[in-house]
Amino acid sequence: MFRNKSGEFSWVDFTIDVLRVLIVLAVVVGAWNTLSSGRISLAQWVNLLAAGLSQGSIYALIALGYTLVYGILLMINFAHGEVFMAGAFSAFFLAEALNRTGFLNEQPLLSILLMFMFAGLISMTVAVLVERIAYRPLRGSPRLVPLITAIGASFFLQYAFRGLYGSNFKAYPQVRALQGALQIGDISIPVTQIFVFCSALVLMFGLHWLVERTRIGKAMRAVSENKEVARLMGIDIDWVILFTFGVGGFLAGAAGVINGLFRPQGVNFYMGFIPGIKAFTAAVLGGIGNIPGAMLGGLFLGVIEAIGPNLVLAGLGIPGANQLKDVIAFTMLVLVLIFRPQGILGERLSETKA
Amino acid sequence: MNILASEASRRILRLGLLSGGFILFAGVIGMIAAFHEREVVDDFISLGQVLLLAAPFVTSYMAATQMLETGESPRMALAGGLVIGVLCALPTVILLLFNSDDYRYLLDTSLKLIPFVAASYLAWKSHAQGNETRQVAATWLIAALLIGIVSFGFALIFEVKGDLRGVLVNVDRDWVEVVTFDHRRELWTGIGLLLAASAGAGLAGVVMRILPDIPRRALLYGLGITLLVGAFGETVRLILQENLDRDTLREIFRRDTLRQNAAAMLFIISTLAGFLWAMFGGRAQSEFAALDDSRRQQVRNLGMLLFAALLLALPWLIGRTLSDVAVTIGIFVLMGLGLNIAIGLAGLLDLGYVTNYAVGAYILAVLTSIGPLGLFKGTFTFWMVIPIALLAAMFAGFIFAVPVLRMRGDYLAIATLGFGEIIGKLALSDWLKPLIGGAQGVQNIPKPFLFSTELKNPEQLYYIVLVASLVTLFVSIRLNNSRTGRQWMAIREDEDVATAIGIDTARAKLLAFTLSAATGGVAGAIFAAKVGTVFPNSFTVFISINVLSLIIVGGIASNPGIVVGAVVLIGMPELLREFSDFRFLMYGALLILMMINRPQGFIPSKLVMHEVHAGVKPKVSAGD
Repeated sequence: MFRNKSGEFSWVDFTIDVLRVLIVLAVVVGAWNTLSSGRISLAQWVNLLAAGLSQGSIYALIALGYTLVYGILLMINFAHGEVFMAGAFSAFFLAEALNRTGFLNEQPLLSILLMFMFAGLISMTVAVLVERIAYRPLRGSPRLVPLITAIGASFFLQYAFRGLYGSNFKAYPQVRALQGALQIGDISIPVTQIFVFCSALVLMFGLHWLVERTRIGKAMRAVSENKEVARLMGIDIDWVILFTFGVGGFLAGAAGVINGLFRPQGVNFYMGFIPGIKAFTAAVLGGIGNIPGAMLGGLFLGVIEAIGPNLVLAGLGIPGANQLKDVIAFTMLVLVLIFRPQGILGERLSETKA
Repeated sequence: MNILASEASRRILRLGLLSGGFILFAGVIGMIAAFHEREVVDDFISLGQVLLLAAPFVTSYMAATQMLETGESPRMALAGGLVIGVLCALPTVILLLFNSDDYRYLLDTSLKLIPFVAASYLAWKSHAQGNETRQVAATWLIAALLIGIVSFGFALIFEVKGDLRGVLVNVDRDWVEVVTFDHRRELWTGIGLLLAASAGAGLAGVVMRILPDIPRRALLYGLGITLLVGAFGETVRLILQENLDRDTLREIFRRDTLRQNAAAMLFIISTLAGFLWAMFGGRAQSEFAALDDSRRQQVRNLGMLLFAALLLALPWLIGRTLSDVAVTIGIFVLMGLGLNIAIGLAGLLDLGYVTNYAVGAYILAVLTSIGPLGLFKGTFTFWMVIPIALLAAMFAGFIFAVPVLRMRGDYLAIATLGFGEIIGKLALSDWLKPLIGGAQGVQNIPKPFLFSTELKNPEQLYYIVLVASLVTLFVSIRLNNSRTGRQWMAIREDEDVATAIGIDTARAKLLAFTLSAATGGVAGAIFAAKVGTVFPNSFTVFISINVLSLIIVGGIASNPGIVVGAVVLIGMPELLREFSDFRFLMYGALLILMMINRPQGFIPSKLVMHEVHAGVKPKVSAGD
């Protein structure tokens, strides 16, 4: 410990190691206190886990967009949270219209599928436009330049959609088929959560199939490996990059609909910012550029966010621990970036990039 | 057909539609209607209408410049201006039709036609590229399906809602009023007026371009100054109010808007002045250049002296309301100069700068407040706490910097953003509520005292900000040229090389973060004393973005740029309240545009300028 590679004492390493010890200590003490007090029953833990998994699957879907883009362009598409918002916000109106005509409750599956497609396509359009207008002219410039552009795009999109659809929160209509809960013993899991988790899984498998089994997926992998060689092999790089943004956007839009159906507080123009950062956390957690990693990272983050406040913070005697959910997530972000920037599964980057 | 196919006409079509799209967008997000609230010239033209007409004017001016340079005749240029004017209005006209009760069916029809038309277009393109029939058919099917889902989705939404306004909240009566020039009821008259005005503005742009140099410049000066004074009428009136008697003021302004006579006078005077400047300005400049060095220095010193006098006398010249704005600008100048140490000098993109601001504000609040949350109830004064706030912010900067020292640039940005969010959430939490008051925050912060006078007015607080800014400016100029400053620049350019030449990068980065945090703390403390209450909603990520934008727009690493950036980006939304809803829209757009077109900023630092121009992109190797 406390020594860097060349064996000298380095106070930066020292501080970081102290931080590491403190965090482990806090987690252990907090968890021990909570578990030994037995304040939360097993059934409640399972409920928290289920809620965390469904929230996490939404993060995972958004995180895929970050990872796909990072894998190819090595840039953090900071505006991706807003792409998610664009789909969710737009599809609200479709959900409302479908509800008004009664179709939503007559044909819930078809309606939700329609909403997925609608939101996905709108998010895809937004993502593609952002790439085309804001990022493409800057390809090849130093890393911070596209990041600043992306921040600009993020705030531009937020306020553009605020201007378009207004600044109020809008709550999705209730789908009757998703009401109720699944009872297993004394554990009851809301159907919505199961639906969220399953639809996210389907989308992720869809992406996996696209990347691993199709021609364009092969092209995406080739471009992420080495752009110049891919170009020489006759791959249209611009098109592949555009496609990647589109696919990421589609997943984000679908995640937006899932989010809208899942969370009762509704959608507004700012809804994408925080989930966007969290999804980035998830992507880094799993190893950015790594597709299974992003899925895993999302689920993991969701679970930590659900369980962390109750397990650790409440155990440390902090009042109102559930308010600090976001703090847990952002602390997670910072910790991952400090201690394991390559993520759990490792970054999937070729050596030239690292 | 020949004309349509030429490069020039295609460019005109593109420019016109782009500009038209901009006008449509500005209308749909409510910008035009909001700006209409502000009259530029009384009962004559509003800022919304200026926006509506400025787009075709500027676009056709630009197009005409290009056309004349490529050797097109003025007559062609005029035709181009006309086309651009019409194209600018076209998208808005279409939306007007869609929005009207009589022609709503057009919206429905076009939403249903779009998928087929678009799919056919894409299929035709695919065919033109020489793809097989099977592929062309597949393209058509997929495109029709995908576009169809979105298109029919919108058709359904509008069908159920019954009008556009149910979805697009800003396509409302106000917008229609503005774009039809108050002819909401007679739609076609309104559309005619819009088309005519837009085409007129397009033609005017070309005419302006064709005019000989001197009258053109004179007219542009006149127009620009009149519009500026008109748009900022309220501000100008507030300034004049300090120095003119009420009757003269009433001659010039009706409430906050310029009267027509006054506007005409102003236009004539400023055009004449512009004319004189265009005639003789060049000679004055060359005469100044011909002076010998010492004389030139004298003139410059005189200028500096006048500027300093102006800065000192500013609160008396502009009155209370504007002094308040000046204090806000000053607080952002402070933060801009501070953050610039991290971003501009050391190249560390710190997105959590609000943390330091919050620390400074909360420290001052808790230490000096005489409310229930004050720890010492008035034992500590503003002046005693300022150094404490500064040190506390530096300490916070230090603490948050240590973990991020090893990170690479983009991760560092996100991690600091995370810190900012953590601080924000903690400030809101129940956990820290006993200490800093949760969402209600800390109240009853006394104003600073200077020898038993309470500095309670913005005119007086202004001097505190001014002194703080000048000190920061001095320090940052000195830093820029210091050994440490050079180390930072080396790190900014290439960290590996900096390490290799023996720079202790960890130490230098830490210093950058810590120093940059210091002014943030002071700015926060001044802010807290100014408003008298501190609560978490004042410390969001938007503060960091604000500061980042003014640095990028003004010019990275350029001190004058940052000051000007703060005056424009912070001052404008404060003075033009119609603007404030679109503040972050504008910042976002500016960040994108600046990065693409002018990464060095509007007032670039000489060094960065040099780098940008001499900067051949070195590492465009395979695999990068």
